[in-house]
Amino acid sequence: MKFFRSSSATSTQSTPQSSTRLSRRSSGLAEVMKLLGSEESLWVLDLGATSPTNIRYFTEKGHKIYSEDLIEASSDPSLAITDEQGKPALDSRRFLAENLTHPAARFDIILCWNLADYMDESLVKPVVGKLWSVLKPGGLLLAFFHMKESGPDAIYYRYHIVGNDVLEMQPVERRSNSRNGTVSLRLQRVFNNRNIENLFRDFASIKFFLGRDNIREVLVVR
Amino acid sequence: MEAQKEFALIGKSVVIKGELSGSEDIYIDGQVDGSIELKGNNLTVGPNGQVKANVNAKGVVVQGKLEGNIRASERAELRKSAIAVGDISTQRLAIEDGAYFKGRVDIETEANKSGAKANS
Repeated sequence: MKFFRSSSATSTQSTPQSSTRLSRRSSGLAEVMKLLGSEESLWVLDLGATSPTNIRYFTEKGHKIYSEDLIEASSDPSLAITDEQGKPALDSRRFLAENLTHPAARFDIILCWNLADYMDESLVKPVVGKLWSVLKPGGLLLAFFHMKESGPDAIYYRYHIVGNDVLEMQPVERRSNSRNGTVSLRLQRVFNNRNIENLFRDFASIKFFLGRDNIREVLVVR
Repeated sequence: MEAQKEFALIGKSVVIKGELSGSEDIYIDGQVDGSIELKGNNLTVGPNGQVKANVNAKGVVVQGKLEGNIRASERAELRKSAIAVGDISTQRLAIEDGAYFKGRVDIETEANKSGAKANS
């Protein structure tokens, strides 16, 4: 696994305008849509930056959606603590007590997008463990991972579902003067295939889709 | 929501704890902790508003911060500066890009409304 933590947190890279949207095809999404099209009133958990498009997309099809932006939630300044060595850390226990507080096996589909790439290291494994517990047996989890060519300043996107296998990617602006002050949206690490398999080892199966844009799509079945 | 209609204003420096109910539209730019019942009327949480309450109204517009469940019989709207934590149940929902929302969305259609009545 390649970490980017040694890089400066105050990147000078300019974030593209948030109004700019890139379109990309998603084979993983196409698989998710097969399930969505075959059953009614499914429960979907969207863990990316809030997407009105996704909320509309699922509710119009009669499904139920729960939206929970975990990157934003993990950047709450009140979660900052110091560990036993006096180093800055994140209160992962409190984060997990306040987020993903859903009944077991509630969701049929979980959309993680790039969550694991941008989340604090201390949260990644516990969050995946919680996702396993809130996903129904046989349920699908879709996650995206950057490939090693991606640098630490890889843009963090809001993913909008606009078709059965089409996504629009909208750069998420660093928030300032908002809920949590300035939110750092830096790529924390790059997982290789072995890391990803280990991360989801409690799940029943895992399928990789390689994209041309340095993104690996991973579809996991509980 | 009708922009010209008169409303009761809860200003920036006002803090209310308890149940807020009424039969006119309300604009909250202050702080409210409790519950809000405005059946048949609209609630707007202004950019400085901080509300911790379950809300029941005809229309709800959030520009500031609202923690609690929203039940809007007609329409709910989260503007780009909105921070809304709680479930939303309404017939029509509009969320602007940039709004933060954590919660479940239930879009009530006439079909599922009548179904709920039949079951009750």
